[in-house]
Amino acid sequence: MATAVYSPSRHDAVPPARLTHLQMLEAESIHIIREVASEFQKPVMLYSIGKDSSVMLRLAQKAFHPGPIPFSLLHVDTGYKFREMLEFRDAYTRELGLNLIVWRNEDALEKGANPIALGTQRCCGLLKTQALLDGLRAHGFDAAFGGARRDEERSRAKERIFSFRDSGGQWDPKNQRPELWNLYNGRIGPGESIRVFPLSNWTELDIWHYIHLEKIPIVPLYFAKERRMLVRGDSLIPVEQPFVKGLPGEEQWVRCRLRSLGCSPCTGAIRSDADTVPKIIAELISFRSSERANRIIDHDQDGSMEIKKREGYF
Amino acid sequence: MSQESPVLAEPDEITDMPETSEPFEIEDFLAAEQQKDLLRFTTAGSVDDGKSTLIGRLLYDSRSVYEDQVKAVTRSHAGEADAIDFAQLTDGLRAEREQGITIDVAYRFFATTKRKFIIADTPGHEQYTRNMVTGASTAELAIVLVDARKGILTQSRRHAFISSLLGIRHVVAAINKMDLVDFSEEVFAQHQRDLLSLAEKLEIPELLCIPISALNGDNVVTRSERTPWYLGPTLLEHLESVPIAEYLQHAPFRLPVQRVIRPHQNFRGFAGQIASGIIKVGDAIVALPSGQTSRVQSIQTFDGALESAFAPQSITLTLEDEIDISRGDLISHQANTPVSTANFEASLVWLHAEPFTAEKTYLLKHASQTVKARLNVTHRLDIETIEQESAQSLSLNEIGKAIVKTSRPLMVDAYRDNRITGSFILIDPANNATVGAGMVRHAEALEPAETRSEQKTGALLLLPQENIIPTLEAAFLASGEDVVVTRIQKPEVWRTLLRAGFIVMVPADASTQTEIVTLNAGGEFAKQTLLEADHETIQQKVTQLKKEAEQNDREF
Ligand SMILES: Nc1nc2c(ncn2[C@@H]2O[C@H](COP(=O)(O)OP(=O)(O)O)[C@@H](O)[C@H]2O)c(=O)[nH]1
Ligand SMILES: [Mg+2]
Repeated sequence: MATAVYSPSRHDAVPPARLTHLQMLEAESIHIIREVASEFQKPVMLYSIGKDSSVMLRLAQKAFHPGPIPFSLLHVDTGYKFREMLEFRDAYTRELGLNLIVWRNEDALEKGANPIALGTQRCCGLLKTQALLDGLRAHGFDAAFGGARRDEERSRAKERIFSFRDSGGQWDPKNQRPELWNLYNGRIGPGESIRVFPLSNWTELDIWHYIHLEKIPIVPLYFAKERRMLVRGDSLIPVEQPFVKGLPGEEQWVRCRLRSLGCSPCTGAIRSDADTVPKIIAELISFRSSERANRIIDHDQDGSMEIKKREGYF
Repeated sequence: MSQESPVLAEPDEITDMPETSEPFEIEDFLAAEQQKDLLRFTTAGSVDDGKSTLIGRLLYDSRSVYEDQVKAVTRSHAGEADAIDFAQLTDGLRAEREQGITIDVAYRFFATTKRKFIIADTPGHEQYTRNMVTGASTAELAIVLVDARKGILTQSRRHAFISSLLGIRHVVAAINKMDLVDFSEEVFAQHQRDLLSLAEKLEIPELLCIPISALNGDNVVTRSERTPWYLGPTLLEHLESVPIAEYLQHAPFRLPVQRVIRPHQNFRGFAGQIASGIIKVGDAIVALPSGQTSRVQSIQTFDGALESAFAPQSITLTLEDEIDISRGDLISHQANTPVSTANFEASLVWLHAEPFTAEKTYLLKHASQTVKARLNVTHRLDIETIEQESAQSLSLNEIGKAIVKTSRPLMVDAYRDNRITGSFILIDPANNATVGAGMVRHAEALEPAETRSEQKTGALLLLPQENIIPTLEAAFLASGEDVVVTRIQKPEVWRTLLRAGFIVMVPADASTQTEIVTLNAGGEFAKQTLLEADHETIQQKVTQLKKEAEQNDREF
């Protein structure tokens, strides 16, 4: 016998098992979701209808299987979401038998709030941030899951998985709790809350790959199709709201798709032929700009995401 | 294509950003992508050692940054080639952009054809031991940056020490700025000698020294022609080849129960993420702390039942017998159980501006349970010399040793053997801040667990006026109590809930009077009748009784 230092039979019949990166991420996210459901009185899952929400929802199904998801979904509807998003939302949540809460800042909408009249910053502040904070407060939710990822934007790279918010729902980057191992501190005082990001460690590519492998349904707006668009320079602005009007000749049929879903007046489309998930992935890895570059709003101001976060936005 | 070919000749200009040129099959890409595993590593270095530059370089050379992000950090000067400020690619928040230093742990992502990586980027500033410890807690590998001109400074020593303390098995010393010492083999050899002797002192099992220039890319992704005397791997080659969590599955099986899943009477599943080891259907298990035994009936997941599962999968177990298991319990094999102890020695890192106080009762979160804890600090470690001195307190960013006493036994392993069942955090109940991080040094009970008295600080309310229950519940919750509302009338259930410290509200017959039930020293029920039964009086009385019960408990 050779004098081998290394003996592969030492751990007898069990082959060395290995998790792929997606399996690792999945296991971590399920752990997080179960912790929240067990430690908080009234958690809720923010459901934005986008691809990240769809993945988060699938992970929640996995976390409690064969039981039901033990919390509601909350959709903050700005009033300017794409029609197809709302149709998808209603059909999909009904199919899964989920309890969906829709919250809108009706007050502001009645007063005619829209991005053209107010500018994108004030409009977002009222219809997104304010509506979110009001919705959370009205229902007394003490924890809210969000689908944000750390790879999205530089200020998110430092975000905790359990992100502490004071009683005004505000985020203070200097006052976040250190987060070690897989031990999350979910203790809060009256009125305070925690935003939880179970997808923190996923990248945009991971999300698409998981959607592909798991065959997760997503809103058709992600897929390329001939759509009515306002063509202005490099931008394709969806024509859905009556206040989005172009100059003569600007409105055209364009084969395009949306890279991330938001409000129709503020989410630019991209020219694309990608009409399947693998084609979207192929397109993604050839892209030369990050996901949020397509969002008209983030460019308003340097570091604008961080400002929105401080004010209570996700 | 960002993931296809990470090796790129030194990119000096924007125009070198990856092009989609080769023919490309998406299905092949996805198949390869699916096989990738995930390595988490941490980086630490003193200010200006070149950490941000190194990370920027790794991200850029592996094509994990987008053109718009590169454009935003490119400086153009007339007549010169555009210079990418790699450090700016990774420096995030406004405050730190203004100060020009990194102030918090930031997580970055990149991938190569072989692997995905998560970097916990921790700042090297003196007072930020806290951040380094945080970043290291989930990392399997640490890159310690050393400036070739300076060699091992206090900071490098501190980083190596923290890596060792946090149980990181693979440490890389990246000797940076080799361009500024003419890529001298002698300089490198001297630093390597010093680092290896440090590694031996710190019991770091594997330390690799690599001569690099983060700024110019030497030995980061591509092998440098300027270090022909260096025969080891490039940094990226090494990152792509270290084994990931290979020890996890060979360790004994541990499943901290996060939640009981009970969709209907015929299914009771115990859900959690496997902390270590492997479990198979039919395995004999024991539930701790109760000590009840059973066998694994099935391993459930959304994607179907499994024959076996291993760390770190998240699964749900069903058992052959109806045994009582709840959140906070731990399931292990019968042969190799963790130690059940309420009194043990731990390493402690203080994370909060308010120093450790021996008189205070902290909350301690370990695996899936939170208990009360009192600690006695015995030593502080001098980070300069790595010698310990006796001490009674710790302040922010200090590391020491402590004796930990908990209100209920914990099922622990030594941190060295198991990072999940060997670690805990401390929470200050006054402000809910995470104030400390602990690692179990020896999984031995310092005194037999049986002699410790049980906590009995809960209170049970029998309430004839059912309509005040919601108000009371809200009031108790707001004051930080854990509340259970139940119609169960079984004394053994009541006792368990009271011992666990719950406020239990039980609707009672409308003809009866409001009663408060607590456990006395002998573990028997003690009743008090309340004549005034408005919610404020009830809450006051309960708070008072709970306080008395707490004071009676000698240990605490
Ligand atoms: N000559 C040289 N300079 C470097 C190298 N790496 C980083 N630097 C410079 O050192 C300074 C500090 O780098 P930075 O990455 O911000 O250091 P950090 O504080 O550790 O993040 C910057 O001016 C870098 O350009 C290197 O390999 N060679
Ligand atoms: Mg830096």
